[in-house]
Amino acid sequence: MAITTRQFDAVVVGAGGSGLRAALQLAEANLRVAVLSKVFPTRSHTVAAQGGVSASLGNEEPDNWHWHMYDTVKGSDYLGDQDAIEFMCRKASEAVIELEHYGMPFDRLDNGKIYQRPFGGHTSNYGERAVKRACAAADRTGHAMLHTLYQRNVRAKTQFFVEWMALDLVRNQAGDVLGVVAMEMETGEVAILHAKATLLATGGAGRIYAASTNAFINTGDGLGMAARAGIPLEDMEFWQFHPTGVAGAGVLITEGVRGEGGFLLNKNGERFMERYAPTVKDLASRDVVSRAMATEIKEGRGAGKEADHILLKLDHLGADVIDKRLPGIREIAKKFANVDPAKDPIPVVPTCHYQMGGVPTNMHGQALAGHSGGAIVKGLYAAGECACVSVHGANRLGTNSLLDLLVFGKAAGEQVVKDLKADAIAHQDLPKDAADRALARLARLDSAKSGESVHEVGAELRRTMQLHCGVFRFPDSLAEGVRKIHEVAQRAGSLYFKDKSKVFNTARVEALELENLVEVAVSTMVSAHARQESRGAHDRSDFPNRDDANWMKHTFWYKEGNRLEYRPVNLKPLTVESFEPKARVY
Amino acid sequence: MRLSIYRYNPDVDAKPYMQDYDIELEPTDRMLLDALVRLKSVDDTFSFRRSCREGVCGSDAMNINGKNGLACITKIADLKEPVVIRPLPGMPVIRDLIVDMSQFFKQYHSVTPYVVNDTPRPETERLQSPEDREELNGLYECILCACCSTSCPSFWWNPDKFVGPAGLLQAYRFLADTRDQATNDRLDNLEDPYRLFRCHSIMNCVDVCPKGLNPTKAIGKIKDLLVKRTV
Repeated sequence: MAITTRQFDAVVVGAGGSGLRAALQLAEANLRVAVLSKVFPTRSHTVAAQGGVSASLGNEEPDNWHWHMYDTVKGSDYLGDQDAIEFMCRKASEAVIELEHYGMPFDRLDNGKIYQRPFGGHTSNYGERAVKRACAAADRTGHAMLHTLYQRNVRAKTQFFVEWMALDLVRNQAGDVLGVVAMEMETGEVAILHAKATLLATGGAGRIYAASTNAFINTGDGLGMAARAGIPLEDMEFWQFHPTGVAGAGVLITEGVRGEGGFLLNKNGERFMERYAPTVKDLASRDVVSRAMATEIKEGRGAGKEADHILLKLDHLGADVIDKRLPGIREIAKKFANVDPAKDPIPVVPTCHYQMGGVPTNMHGQALAGHSGGAIVKGLYAAGECACVSVHGANRLGTNSLLDLLVFGKAAGEQVVKDLKADAIAHQDLPKDAADRALARLARLDSAKSGESVHEVGAELRRTMQLHCGVFRFPDSLAEGVRKIHEVAQRAGSLYFKDKSKVFNTARVEALELENLVEVAVSTMVSAHARQESRGAHDRSDFPNRDDANWMKHTFWYKEGNRLEYRPVNLKPLTVESFEPKARVY
Repeated sequence: MRLSIYRYNPDVDAKPYMQDYDIELEPTDRMLLDALVRLKSVDDTFSFRRSCREGVCGSDAMNINGKNGLACITKIADLKEPVVIRPLPGMPVIRDLIVDMSQFFKQYHSVTPYVVNDTPRPETERLQSPEDREELNGLYECILCACCSTSCPSFWWNPDKFVGPAGLLQAYRFLADTRDQATNDRLDNLEDPYRLFRCHSIMNCVDVCPKGLNPTKAIGKIKDLLVKRTV
């Protein structure tokens, strides 16, 4: 079957923060770049980020990147690679200033500088006390950032393919990536976008959990594509459960609420974080706070009729502060929790929020071919939540995700520019079977006359992950989870939907997304089952302690053979002394 | 819950029609979007856009019981049944509730939607007082959902010539930014019987904006700037 082929210097898959930041670098270097997105760029999930982006600007009080680096290493529970963390924290101020110059509407201090607020796990002087490091635009920082980056791309005349879904990577015999096979959603037409460089910026896959802060579109498409193309996925057992999702609805309530002075209460009205983190209390890192909340609920101190949630109190901040610094939260709480937080506390529960793992890359965004040696996949790059550099290790600090996508979006873009200039390469020939796998998937879905419902298999996947791979993980339950998730994967092999139309067939899109979610879910469950320790967001009842002797290493899951390998954590920063692992106290 | 939904698939339908549904809700279904997602699990041929489900991405704008809004922040309990749902008015329909938004975005792109400042970049941030920053409130929060522009009769008549409330709100967002230096060019770009002056202050835009923004007020401020420029 002949399909349309279009040539570009570079293809960026995804138009959230990292995709747009990378695209800007490419467009401003006058490369021919195509940016694909399932949704109009400003609808990408970066838009939902609330509290801030971290940078040690020191606008409010003394701060420096060394402290930020220490906090990030400690926050990662020592699983983050210290070279990449140093790189990110050193670049933070420059990245935020650049964004301000692009027009980002940051809140301001009286002296005209960018407003900063405290956030979980960010401290001054290596853990002494909370520090104001989160640069914020009210509680709409992600929205302001995404729109600013899109606007800057309008200026750079970046070419967008809006409502296109990438289906699979094109790899040749040598293993080089030569572009993607993609589908235009409006027409159902499939095309090969042939490129010298392909950059995955597809975001997270939080939709593998039943209770998630993530948007419907967060289905791990880049991870599915990578896994099917034989590229491993790194550290997939590490998922962040955000302490404050609205109970029942899942919608995010920013940590900025606690940064501004809000705190958590159990049913007795006790500020329980004082027991779990005596120094920074409610501003401990997210894994610590979520575990404390889950413990309170488990031990019967949850609030509400079912004793199943925790209360987030902020009325003492006063309506003025809330309207000025947290207006979006007031809106969300009224709509999704039926409470006005200026009067009553918001019912919250730990909710799946962020994927620390992803496509393994070095700090230049180049995708790694495997767990050993640092060899790269030529032509493939990844940045943002879909990538694992790894700067977040076993637990990401709040505000470091927006920083990650700025710093590594740009770094990946710069690397692509450099690689294309250095090689002055022509396009490599496409293999004859370039689109075969993607077309076969589509043909199977389109020709199915009966089979499994996308909705039901998806629901079973999310239930399984929620039940067997949540905040607390138990050995028998994980083993059962592995069995069940493989069963789900099996069922997802024979999906059926009624809609056979070419035109904007969202049933087909959802089926394709489910196939990607399956890769993410299987890799998560298998990696979690194998890691016999508790570290960061991965908490096992049978191995309650961190085991640095045996597990200071990154997990690499390979789809082929459902195989696991490991790579040691890089403890050596670029220029400073290592931060040696020690007990994590907040 | 009873729904009456606009259906049209050019692949199979000669013309659009309204389809009635009676769907069983779960106690956790609070917003109209929850009901639509449930409906989709029963009838997968029903197509609509959605993403963040919390009113910040702007995907699921539609006409609900005659008024434009976002399905994800419209409470089921507040709706009179049968709930009549149509695509945003005045836009070409691609399929069911999915409309072609090209014209809408073309108008947005036409207002130079980015800060223009050609002075050399300083090493630190460009300073802006909290008061100057406050001028951007009520403007930068726009989510480009198109509820406003597609409720505006002037936009229905001249979608190719009138920038529309969403585009004009954004035009003012950059005029109001103390860091921007292109005030004159921006005003030149809007001083036109159609681009700006087709706004007749009907204020449907204000009535429907799911973020509570006020495009009419922003348009008034642009007109003030034009007046000030001539005197």
